[in-house]
Amino acid sequence: MADITLTDANFEEEILKSPVPALVDFWAPWCPPCKIIGPIVEELAVEYAGRLKVGKMDVDQHQVGSEKYGVMSLPTLLLFKDGKPVDSIIGAQSKEVIKQKIEALISG
Amino acid sequence: MENIYDVIIIGSGPSGLTAATYTTRAALKTLVLAGEKWGGQLMLTSVIENFPGFPEGIEGPELMANMRKQAEHHGAEILNENVTKIEMSERPFKVSTSTKSYEAKSIIIATGADARWLGVPGETERIGRGMSSCATCDAMFFKGKNVFVVGGGDSAMEEALVLSKTANSVTLLHRRDVFRASDIMIQRVKENPKITSLLNSEIVEVKGEMRVQSVMVKNNQTNEIKEMPVDGVFVAIGHIPNTTFLNGIELDEEKYIRVKDGFRTNVEGVFTAGDVHDRHYRQAITAAGFGCAAALEAERWLATDGEETTFKAN
Repeated sequence: MADITLTDANFEEEILKSPVPALVDFWAPWCPPCKIIGPIVEELAVEYAGRLKVGKMDVDQHQVGSEKYGVMSLPTLLLFKDGKPVDSIIGAQSKEVIKQKIEALISG
Repeated sequence: MENIYDVIIIGSGPSGLTAATYTTRAALKTLVLAGEKWGGQLMLTSVIENFPGFPEGIEGPELMANMRKQAEHHGAEILNENVTKIEMSERPFKVSTSTKSYEAKSIIIATGADARWLGVPGETERIGRGMSSCATCDAMFFKGKNVFVVGGGDSAMEEALVLSKTANSVTLLHRRDVFRASDIMIQRVKENPKITSLLNSEIVEVKGEMRVQSVMVKNNQTNEIKEMPVDGVFVAIGHIPNTTFLNGIELDEEKYIRVKDGFRTNVEGVFTAGDVHDRHYRQAITAAGFGCAAALEAERWLATDGEETTFKAN
């Protein structure tokens, strides 16, 4: 599977300049519910390959992105379109809930 | 008839997975409908220090992964699907998820409970913007900030202690005049210079531009309401049982399943275990124990064609 790790250095290139909509998982290794969301996000990266850019940002290592977008809770999923955050999903939500938001994003 | 399960277990916390280990070992064909967010509340906790057998403690998600492996090892079929409906008017019972239907001779409901929020104006739209139910997850965003923790039990004390490591100040706000947490936790909180208590108090509104900036706090002795500036509010005021999808199961006034002798519900052949019926203990180990008991009851009930419904040890 493709590496979907994001850093402060590649965030702009990978997400903000992405030609397709993007989903970013802000997480940290010590956050229990992040362990529920993490595998779901990895599945979504495969399922939506080509239609949605998916990335994971470890906020323990990289804080610029989370500060810029006001992330105050983990896990937070941010959905981006044309370089702008357009929607968010906070806390461990089900895959169905996340997919509904993604569908709305890529069809909108 | 081969597609009919002896037992369908709904839920996959300590009670559901313990029940599955017991029913499979009793050679009962068992399906666990684990839910999309399988594993229950322990998946959202860090170290569990009071589950016997782990002297140094164990991470909640690790404990649940082990329980799941154990149930699967003994032959339980486990699917991460959410149950949407149970039909109990005739047997076999029919249990539906969003994609499929399954049939079973008996059911164990072990759907547990989810964290309760305050339910006051201004709260929902600020969840993730200063409102939180997980100090372990979010403490890093409150370095040097002033935070409130709402609640009076062990989990509220734990949240306050976690936050005290990074926050500038922690105020423990509780609606009663004493905490109901264990002595050891209250002692740790009292000894912590960053934590202060605010008793007989309730948050009645959360305010702020986009994120949490202040709360309206009511003193429930004097009924006086004052605005207090704060950067974050962590809620640890207990849980709500997951019973909304149940139709025809008798609940009590707080929506917990009403349980009869032998972990039975009001429907013959439908049993229950764990936080979905237990409002008193709510521990991982009691939930596991209830799961075991419900499994033994279901086994006895199936073996005697429903004639014997209360397990009697020889």
